[in-house]
Parts: sequence; structure tokens; C-alpha cells
Amino acid sequence: MPLSQKLPDDLNQRISSLKLPKNNTKKRCEALKRIKVMGLPSRRDEYWKYTNPSLFNNLFSDKNVVIGSDDKLNFDSIGCFKLIFTDGVFDQESSDSLESEELELVRISDSSVDKANWLEDFYGSLEEAGQNPVDRPLAKLNTAFATDGLALRVTGKITKPINIVYNETSYRSDVNLHHCIKLEQGSSLTLIESGSVSSRLNKVTELEVAQDSSFHHVCAQTNNVDKIVSTHLFARLWENSVLKSFTLTTSGALTRNEHVVELKGNNGISHLAAACIGEGRFHHDDTVFVTHEGTHCESRQVFKKVLKKGAFGIFQGKILVKPGAQKTDGYQISQSLLLDDDSQFLAKPELEIYADDVVCSHGSTSGAIDEEGLFYLRARGVPENTAKDLLILAFLAEALAEIEDTKISELLLTYLERSL
Amino acid sequence: MLKIKNLKVELEEENKEILKGINLEIESGSVHAIMGPNGSGKSTLSYVLSGKKGYKVTNGEVELAGEPILELEPEERAASGLFLAFQYPVEIPGVGNMTFLRTAMNSQRKFRGETELSAADFLKLVREKAKELKIDSEMLKRPVNVGFSGGEKKRNEILQMALLEPKMCVLDETDSGLDVDAMKLVADGVNALRDKGRAFLVITHYQRLLDHIKPDFVHIMADGRIIKSGGPELALQVENNGYSDLLAEVQ
Repeated sequence: MPLSQKLPDDLNQRISSLKLPKNNTKKRCEALKRIKVMGLPSRRDEYWKYTNPSLFNNLFSDKNVVIGSDDKLNFDSIGCFKLIFTDGVFDQESSDSLESEELELVRISDSSVDKANWLEDFYGSLEEAGQNPVDRPLAKLNTAFATDGLALRVTGKITKPINIVYNETSYRSDVNLHHCIKLEQGSSLTLIESGSVSSRLNKVTELEVAQDSSFHHVCAQTNNVDKIVSTHLFARLWENSVLKSFTLTTSGALTRNEHVVELKGNNGISHLAAACIGEGRFHHDDTVFVTHEGTHCESRQVFKKVLKKGAFGIFQGKILVKPGAQKTDGYQISQSLLLDDDSQFLAKPELEIYADDVVCSHGSTSGAIDEEGLFYLRARGVPENTAKDLLILAFLAEALAEIEDTKISELLLTYLERSL
Repeated sequence: MLKIKNLKVELEEENKEILKGINLEIESGSVHAIMGPNGSGKSTLSYVLSGKKGYKVTNGEVELAGEPILELEPEERAASGLFLAFQYPVEIPGVGNMTFLRTAMNSQRKFRGETELSAADFLKLVREKAKELKIDSEMLKRPVNVGFSGGEKKRNEILQMALLEPKMCVLDETDSGLDVDAMKLVADGVNALRDKGRAFLVITHYQRLLDHIKPDFVHIMADGRIIKSGGPELALQVENNGYSDLLAEVQ
């Protein structure tokens, strides 16, 4: 659509409510131009067929503000560097110092770009690459209007996990957050995100993992009661690099988590996993796109959803193996455990392969609690409800097993045991 | 210990009568064996006793230590002292064997108003019992029955029995899928649990298990009824002549 044409009302309204921040102006203006061409997502888009984007598109009203409740999930026992955000704004004073570590940390809202030359080019670049072959307007909108976020350039092995803790006090209810993470050759980092940012969140993370580096990521969406959350992870992996990302969702009215991964170098490893438990007004959408370009790369996607009382789960996952990406090993499984007849799970697993020497498999299942297993447990004296909880945790175990640090997976398991 | 009076059972979905009036009384301290051809209702009896869904009791009563149990949930029957060793122990991926054993033990203790075992006490106990059954600690760490061989699954059943110390043990074709050595190991495990305060009901097709677990009484079951009862010699008779003679005799 030529820019001179009138913009659709919904986009016009959405944009008019936002202010273009005064840093990275060039990238932001480009993004704004692109979003004007792209438009906001609509139900007519194939990519949004199963999730109604209107709650992301609408003008946000103060009436919708919900404050995150107390959440017993914290990662203090792991021993982390804590970086604190309050109402979507980085709170440097409350955060731990990372001076002893081999990394650079700046805020994307910092207007003195000189502080991080790499960021000027990096910001928005992976997001832009992720717009092909499918438009991701919410991510584009974020690149234009994100108000805060961290830019991390990691040059060595970080000694402890970094925990980004989001605290919410209702100050801002609609937040666009944008993180940029660049791991230089031979570096490693474990990043944990926890807490609740705002009533409505649009978060984009751009991640580049250089040769021989590894990035482990755990995102806990456990404190998002009645929240509207859209997240994108755009990752680019080079030779011998590793990405392992796990997301746990136990609350939220509407959540859409998109993972877009490009395996650019040879021998790269990308494991994406997620576990979610939801009930009632709970709509949870995992949308994944993994592109294999290098040879001998391994990708795994393990997505598990436990749904009850009318909860709705979506999985859209695609593995694209480009010509020349020989010896690719791709595995994808998406499964739902439906605890009653009112809940629904829709899955769209896809493989598109243009190389002839690859191993790729995908599967998707929906089912109820296994009656045989339930009887076996009860016949040993385990009460029915406890037996069901055990079987629910057992169902999620394959996804949790994707977390490499067992201290973290055990902590999450204990949290789930408590919250069932 | 266990009294079954004129028990009649139908499959819930098919209205098909499987058990057609079973009468059986098992005294504390005794071992009874039930033998019978395929489809005679042996496994159904074990499932009905332990409270599996899908069966409708149309007549009769079952008492465990003087208390009626047919109205109880499976977990309540277990806590009251009934144990079914499964013919096909169920695999439960994702649930650690230790977690399962501890949850089962403590659930039963809680139900009976006893104090729950601490993690340390439980670990000590389970290691001791596992050693007796030659179950290595690796097997305890794995998910319940997942990747276990046939013999390991059955030994795991006996381990559960040893830990839960039930009053009434029902063994449903525990010999199926076992080689001679594994059968001996399982039988030794069962024999070690024989006690004045405990009774066994051993369901099997073959005499060979009864060479290792010596029964006090043998019952022959056919077409949903017990058609003949006797001593251990009855099992030998079946082994030598098959069931057809006995069936013909009754008819």
C-alpha cells in the first residue's frame, strides 16, 4: 500500500497511541514504514487463523489493567545475577552489577548509541529477517515503538545465570519491550525471565549465537493472570552453537509465543520446548518456525499443553530444510492433555524439506488422562486426584527434560507440584 | 482374610456376564491358587477385587478382613491391605519409580492415620528391600516400568508388595513373560513375604509357578465359576492332563 494512502483505522489508532522513542531513529522509522505497509494481523491471515489478534491490535484501555499477584516462583535458590524491571522499565539501582563478567550491558532506550556500536546495526535486523516468508506485524510494531529492553553483548562464559525479574505495580499497563542479545565466539549465557511486566505485553528478543557459543533460556510466564502477552524470539545460530529455550506458562488470558530460529552454520543445535497448564479463559498459542541452512544441525521442538475447563491451545510449527542443509536431524512433537470435553487443542505441524539426506519427524497428539496408568497408581493406594496430578507432571516431563540445568528444571517441577 | 460370596459380574458396556457366582474363602496365612483356561474370568476376578472401572457387580459380596470392600475406591482397598500384582504392569513415563513408591507408601499410611515416612527413612527401607530382590538402584531411578524387561517389571511389582506390606496379595499371572531364573527370583520374593498375617491368591495358567510358590489350596476356574477345589495335587493333574478332563467331568 503506498504510504500516501489512508491507513486502516485500526492501525492508525494503534500507532497514534504510541510515541516513537528518540534512539535508533533510523531503524525505528524503517520499522514504522514497514508496519504501515504490512498492517496489523487479522483473522484473515493464515498465520492468525486460530488466534484472534484483536486483543493485541485494540487500543488498550486502563480498564484492562490487572496487576500481577504474588507468585511463589523465584529463582533465588539457583544463585543468579538479578536484573530488575519495574513496570517495563529497567531499574539499574535495584539490579546486580555485572561488572565482573565478560559482557557489555546497555539499555536499548539509551540514546547515546556510541555506548554500543554493535547495537545500531543489530537492533531490528533479526526481526526483519524473520519477516520472511510470513509477516509478523506485532514484532515490527515492537521494533518501532519499544520503550525499553536490554542489549547484552557476551564475550565470555558468564559464571551464573542472569535472571531478569519483571515486577509490576500498575504504573504502565501496555508495554513494548525489546531485548538484543549477542553471544560472541566461545561464550555462554543462561538467561531466566520471570515475573509479570504489564497487563498487555509485546516483547521481542533478538538473539545471535556466534560460533562455539551456547545460550540457555528459561522463560516463566507464571504470573500473568488475565494478561495479554505476545512474545517473539528471533534467533540466529552459527557453527557449533547451541540454543536451548524453554517456556513455562501457567496463567494468562491470551498468550502467543513465537520462536523463529535460523540455523545458519554447520553443527548447530536448537532445542525449543514449552509446557503450559491452563484453564477457563486461557488461550495459548505456540508458533514456531525453524530454518535449517547449515549441515549436520539438530533441531528439537517439544511442546506440551495441559488444558481444562474450556482452555484453548494452539501449536503451529514448521521446520524448513533448505537445499544443501544435509544431515539435518529434525524432531518435532506437540501434544495436549485434555482434562475435559470442553477444552480444545489445534495443531498444525509442517515439514518442508529441500535436501535429500535428512532425518525429520513430527508428531502431534491429543488425549485424556491414561486410564490404565490412573488405575495402576490408585491400586497402589495413591488417591485419584494425586494420581491425576502425577500423570499431568509425567506428561510435561519430556518438555522439562529439555532444560539442561537440572537445578532449574527441579525448581520448576516443584513449583508445578505446588500449583496443581 | 478374604471372603467372596456368590460374586456375579458383568462387563459394564456389553452386559456380558463374566463371573457367574464365585465363592471363595481365603484364610489368613494361606496360599490359594486359581488355575483355568483362557477366558475363564481369572483376570476379571482380580480386577473386580481391586476396583477397576468397567465392571458391574450384579450380585454377591466381598469382604476383606471382615469389612465389605466392593463400595470402596481402588486406593481405599489398597490402603485396607489389598494388593494386586499386575499381569502387565503399566509403564508410566515421566514418573520416577522412587517418587511413585514413596507417594504410594505415604498415601496408604496417611489413609490409615499413620505418620508418613521421611525421605531418609524411605530411602533406607527401599534400598534394603530392593537389594533382597536384586533390583539395582538404577532401576529405582528410572520412570515406573519404562524400559524394564519383563522380569524387571515383575520384580518391581514384588518390591511394591514388600514395601506396602499388604494383608491380601493377589498375583495375576505373575509368571507370564518370565524365564526360569526370573520366575525363581520372583517366587523367592513372594515366599519371603509368606506370613501368618498375610494371605495370597495366585492366579496362573501353569503348574510351574506353583513348583516355586507352594499353594495350600488349588481351585480350577472355568466359564466364570470355580468348578473344582482341592490340594496341590489338582495342579499336577492339570499339568499332566490339561483342563479338558476336568471340564468334561463337571459337565
